Amino acid sequence: MNASRYSMPGFDSGLIDELLLDQVDSGSRVIDLGCGDGRLLARLRDERNCQVLGIELGLVELTGAIGRGLSVIQTDLDRGLDDIPDDSFDTAVLSQTLQEVRRPTTVLREMLRVAQRALIVVPNFGHWRVRLKVVQQGRAPVTDALPYEWYDTPNLHVCSMHDIRDLVEQLGFFVIREIPIIKGRPVERAWWANLRADSALYVVERTGE
Amino acid sequence: MQEVPLSGPGVRDCHNRDRTASADKAHGLARRRGVIEPMAIEMSTTNPADDGSVGVVETQTVTLFEPPATLTLAGGGRLGPVTVAYETYGTLSPERDNAIFICHALTGDAHAAGVHDSSDEKPGWWDDFVGPGKGLDTDRYYVICANVLGGCQGTTGPGTTSSDGDGPWGLRFPFLTVDDIVRVHAGLVEHLGISRLLAVIGGSLGGMQVLEWAARFPDRLRSAIVLASGAKLAARGIAFNAIGRRAILVDPGFNDGNYYDQDEGPRFGLALARMVAHITYLSEDSIELKFGRRLQQGDSFAYDLTRETEFQVESYLHYQGKRFVERFDANSYLFLTRAMDYFDLASTHGSLTRAFAQTEARFLVTSYSTDWLFPASQGREVVRTLLDVGRDVTFVEFDSVYGHDAFLIEHAQLAGVVVPFLEQTFARGTNVP
Repeated sequence: MNASRYSMPGFDSGLIDELLLDQVDSGSRVIDLGCGDGRLLARLRDERNCQVLGIELGLVELTGAIGRGLSVIQTDLDRGLDDIPDDSFDTAVLSQTLQEVRRPTTVLREMLRVAQRALIVVPNFGHWRVRLKVVQQGRAPVTDALPYEWYDTPNLHVCSMHDIRDLVEQLGFFVIREIPIIKGRPVERAWWANLRADSALYVVERTGE
Repeated sequence: MQEVPLSGPGVRDCHNRDRTASADKAHGLARRRGVIEPMAIEMSTTNPADDGSVGVVETQTVTLFEPPATLTLAGGGRLGPVTVAYETYGTLSPERDNAIFICHALTGDAHAAGVHDSSDEKPGWWDDFVGPGKGLDTDRYYVICANVLGGCQGTTGPGTTSSDGDGPWGLRFPFLTVDDIVRVHAGLVEHLGISRLLAVIGGSLGGMQVLEWAARFPDRLRSAIVLASGAKLAARGIAFNAIGRRAILVDPGFNDGNYYDQDEGPRFGLALARMVAHITYLSEDSIELKFGRRLQQGDSFAYDLTRETEFQVESYLHYQGKRFVERFDANSYLFLTRAMDYFDLASTHGSLTRAFAQTEARFLVTSYSTDWLFPASQGREVVRTLLDVGRDVTFVEFDSVYGHDAFLIEHAQLAGVVVPFLEQTFARGTNVP
């Protein structure tokens, strides 16, 4: 990473976990896509009494999740969620992964096939510093939140908050809540969110009711 | 014509313990064994704690299903008494809550770990995975492995004397299924005073037994670990078994299965069956890497059709066939491959959903990327059904070059998930329903 480049505040995973925990009903069924070592799922199980399942591709992460006593299915999200039955969960979580999958539309549709509600956390490439960097340096932005060079990055897609909202609506789903995360703090109904947020949490549902 | 056993990864004999044909050198294991370094074996038995061996073990036998409580088999036949050969490793806890049952594959046996005496050069077939500090840690768990019904390594099978006293059973042995195998093993576990196993684990035909355990004895296991297996044998598997059986049946030495009093049984047929089956245990890459087109002797072709071991891969297969004949009974091979063909959990229990509806066991299902005998789609089918009925299931598709054999080769990889899985299952307590 080029040190001369400006760094945005990094993701605070703990904060995002808290934010996600708040959006999940106690005792509900939760599937976490790209669950890593299962930190969030273990908390949902232990603190919220949820029934949980993880989806993870990486063997090391998956082993960590098994070590927490979680059930995990090793699957590449780009394959879809063939193994997961329709409506088998109340909530599907996808944290900081949507920009990494090959077909975000497929993953979103799959999430809302297996669950009534999707919680999605995505980095906001519409942040003003990212825009400034592009304008000033004429280069693909590298920041703490986006610490990768363009040629070696898991982020296959560059999207802003506006883009996510458009995509959700285009798929016929509904954004129930949108929580911008600004300088590491969730700020609901923030002014100029698409310029100021490092990332955002979306609560998406199949129906707008 | 010299037939030299080749060693190295990817040629590991899958379902038996012909260990001279395998070597762990390629895996960098400190402990080696076999004809190459007999000293290492000696050390492993004199000081088992140092190298993770269970040391010297003995195969035990028990007689179950004594008349009138005989066993009625799925094919309608009755059998009893039934002798079961088994081994145990580790110590059963006072609470009797740390027992793990290993289901062996098609041609395995009860001797999963350790050696039979201090000069024994071949440890059990899963010695790398079973022992102190290993995948199935015998310092913590009490591990049981038993030969299958219909086998030829101590448990009642077609080679044992029939109950009517008229010599060995041969083809008169009652038709048996995976379900029958499991019921006999459940009888053994009961005999050992264990009402609920911590885990039942097995690969291939062993994995089928694990699934049958969960379906038939849903309360008697806390977890099921299914490796490189599936809820049924696919057409390709049946096809290869058919070739193996055909080879035995047409061998002039077969004599309708009545060959026990002859000098030689259907040894050519049985060897050929093994050669064919062995190919299905290897992956395209592993067989290519190990042998390629290399010749057994010299650099040029012999232009001689009678030389059957010109290529290294030929020599290896001949060697595998020859070794197999020394330790396996052709009639057992017929009965057990048929049991494998017949296995279809869904049809036995109405549907897969019904098969898994009763058990509270946690499942760990693993497939291997290059396994074409039980491809990952078979593992996923099981996983999908388990999820459908709300079971606790973990699925891992291991990346391995070793094909179907991988579950017997990639010990570290497997232990990486099995160890935490067992720990967590154990930590949940007996949870008796």
